[in-house]
Amino acid sequence: MLANVPFIAFALIAIIGLATMIMRKNIIKIILGLGLLEGAVNLFLVALGYRQDGIAPIFTNAPSTKMVLPTVQAMALTSIVIGVATMALLLSFAVFIYKKYGTLNSDSINRLKG
Amino acid sequence: MSKIVRAAADFLYPFVMIFGFYIVLHGHLTPGGGFQGGAVIATGIALMFAAHRYREISLIFKKAIFNVCETFGLLMFITFGFAGIFFGKSFLYNWMVNIPGMLFGEAVAYGQNAGNLNTGGIIPLLNIAVGVEVLGALSLIIYYMLTYVVKMGVNKEDAS
Amino acid sequence: MSFTQHTPALVVGIPLLFAFALPLLGKIHEKIRNGLAIIGMLLTSATGLYLAYQVFATGAMAYVFGAAAPDLTIPPDSGGIPIRIIFSIDAFSAFMIVIISIVGLMSTLYSLATEKLRSGQADFFALLLLLVAGVIGMVSTGDLFNLFVFLEISSLAGAALVAYRIDKGLAVEAGLKYALISTVAGLFFLLGVAILYGQYGTLNMAVIAQNIRLSRLDIIALVLIIVPMAMKCGAVPMHMWTPDAYSRAPAAITAFLVVSSQAGMYVLFRMFFTMFNLNLNTVTFGWVVIILGVLSMFIGVTMAIPQKDVKRLMAYHAVSQSGYMLLGVGVGLATLGNKELLDACGRTAMIGGIFHIMNHALYKGLLFLTAGAVIYTTGKRYLNDLGGLGHTMKYTMIFFIIGALAIAGIPPFNGFASKFMLYESVFLFNPFIAIIAIVVSILTLASFMKVFHSMFMGPKLPQFSEAKEVPASMLTAMGVLALLVVAGGIFPDIIVRNIVEPAVNALLEQSQYIGLVMGAK
Repeated sequence: MLANVPFIAFALIAIIGLATMIMRKNIIKIILGLGLLEGAVNLFLVALGYRQDGIAPIFTNAPSTKMVLPTVQAMALTSIVIGVATMALLLSFAVFIYKKYGTLNSDSINRLKG
Repeated sequence: MSKIVRAAADFLYPFVMIFGFYIVLHGHLTPGGGFQGGAVIATGIALMFAAHRYREISLIFKKAIFNVCETFGLLMFITFGFAGIFFGKSFLYNWMVNIPGMLFGEAVAYGQNAGNLNTGGIIPLLNIAVGVEVLGALSLIIYYMLTYVVKMGVNKEDAS
Repeated sequence: MSFTQHTPALVVGIPLLFAFALPLLGKIHEKIRNGLAIIGMLLTSATGLYLAYQVFATGAMAYVFGAAAPDLTIPPDSGGIPIRIIFSIDAFSAFMIVIISIVGLMSTLYSLATEKLRSGQADFFALLLLLVAGVIGMVSTGDLFNLFVFLEISSLAGAALVAYRIDKGLAVEAGLKYALISTVAGLFFLLGVAILYGQYGTLNMAVIAQNIRLSRLDIIALVLIIVPMAMKCGAVPMHMWTPDAYSRAPAAITAFLVVSSQAGMYVLFRMFFTMFNLNLNTVTFGWVVIILGVLSMFIGVTMAIPQKDVKRLMAYHAVSQSGYMLLGVGVGLATLGNKELLDACGRTAMIGGIFHIMNHALYKGLLFLTAGAVIYTTGKRYLNDLGGLGHTMKYTMIFFIIGALAIAGIPPFNGFASKFMLYESVFLFNPFIAIIAIVVSILTLASFMKVFHSMFMGPKLPQFSEAKEVPASMLTAMGVLALLVVAGGIFPDIIVRNIVEPAVNALLEQSQYIGLVMGAK
């Protein structure tokens, strides 16, 4: 049961993030919901590589041979880097939308349709 | 910001920078690396931007410097990648590792040890490249976001 | 030192190098900037075409990053598992690289003229090269996580390019939608990759394909991977970003975004055929793809007919045409388990579907470029405002006719070649679907007749008396694509035999892909 706590947390955070994205009208809040979803996926990745009593996967200074999996950590790290770029891009878009449309409400941002 | 914040930021700034560069340089030995270190350095720059007046600080931290940092880091990274091909191996091959006398060329000792900075071949160099790139890129993001604030006149008192 | 075995790395490395150099060096002088952009793209295309030639001539290539030798897929001390990032380029990847090379070069050439007087060009071309690198990386990598990284590179660069010319905020709105949706899709994809990694302990597609067991988790992972990819290629329930992004992006970018969507389709087919193949319930999943295809075809074309904005209309046609590709490959997937049915119709349907990918990229690129040329000269994008341009823009009109007849499947243009294969084979599989496909083609023709009439026909309008033919570099880009469209229609057998059939065989033969990385058994 205890081993599953990270996965339950992942599911909770992902659902909160998705719900934020769907239910909120403010674009900044939608983007923050995306950030939550991203954090949830990263948590899932890191939790996958966990081993009971494992240590950090550093070659020197290793007191035991049991290490947590480094690949998923590298993946989570890369995904964080990509997340930073995404977040910066989306927030810049939000700034421009606010500048041109004068609102951040997603109901009013619907000039493209048909 | 108030005088207290400014004084504290000026005091903290060198430590943040040194910590950031430490993380970049020790990326191949300890947790951390180019991105994390670069992010810490950019945090230091963001701290200065937050504490001081935009007009004053943007004279010291110029946009052009960050632009050069970003391009330089990216080009350095990809050059090391191509160097692997020129040495007859494959792209991003670690061609500097385990060559005694070369920079970062010493062999890694087996077993428990404290870690030797002078190991790793091109990995520390790639870390430095990424660190410089992230420093430039994240600072540029902060810079541009702040220009929006100044341009759009939101909280003119705080920003200018 | 021979460069020939390094082409898989160079084809991604060169655009990245130029993209990184452009933002700084391009600001020195505009000649340096234009030179860097066009030389970078030329080198990329040349490398890409040479790589494709290598693959078609001598067989699939694997490239290992960071290894002592580029073909050392399994290092001797790794215990029989490939540990490094591997590019595995088989005939299907090479086929996609051919398309990307051609359309990418033409987009760059076209952009040089359209962007001439605008600001921020250095970053624009840097982003375009980054997009090209991302899409090439997507189709050549053999590593799932690497695929995610390239997917995100192409999505972000694409979204930034869509929004690059702000256009009173409308382009930013389109870019925001594209970026949000593709990021959520990317995260789902990453989740699927993580589940697969958790089960098999490797990210290499060949190794996973070898060990796949199809547990319940695998099905979840598969769904988490294919839904984002169906969204990326604009299949119908997830198509809402396509018209917005395609219609608001600069014309050259739209032409390349079509290819970028097809890279999503590449991943979709790769998942089905290479990773899962017969382990899957191919009939069910084949029908899922067929239904996606038929829905896309039909809803795309019916939405296109009432459109007033010429680029938006063409964007809906892009949705509709991607339905044909999904239909063809879906029939191939549905008949995969049945040898007789596969030989009778499945294989031909797949050849038609895959061939249609190439044809679609060419003629749809051409159409978007002609629409861009009309908007460039007149500044108007609504059909009601246009008219009588046939008097002044003769070449553009001819190119538009070629593109429009090709998309409607009229001989002797390339759209006919692939669509005819699809009709024939799908009719054997299920006559009803074939009839839908033919009806959609007729509706496409009707819709393009309307566009042609309202853009080029009629008397010369006074407000366009100043209208001139577009600059030479734009005409060259359109001309090359038009030439390829005609060539594809006159000599389809040469293309099918040399490029498309190897690609289809590469998809059907799962063991070849595994053998490329794991060594022949």
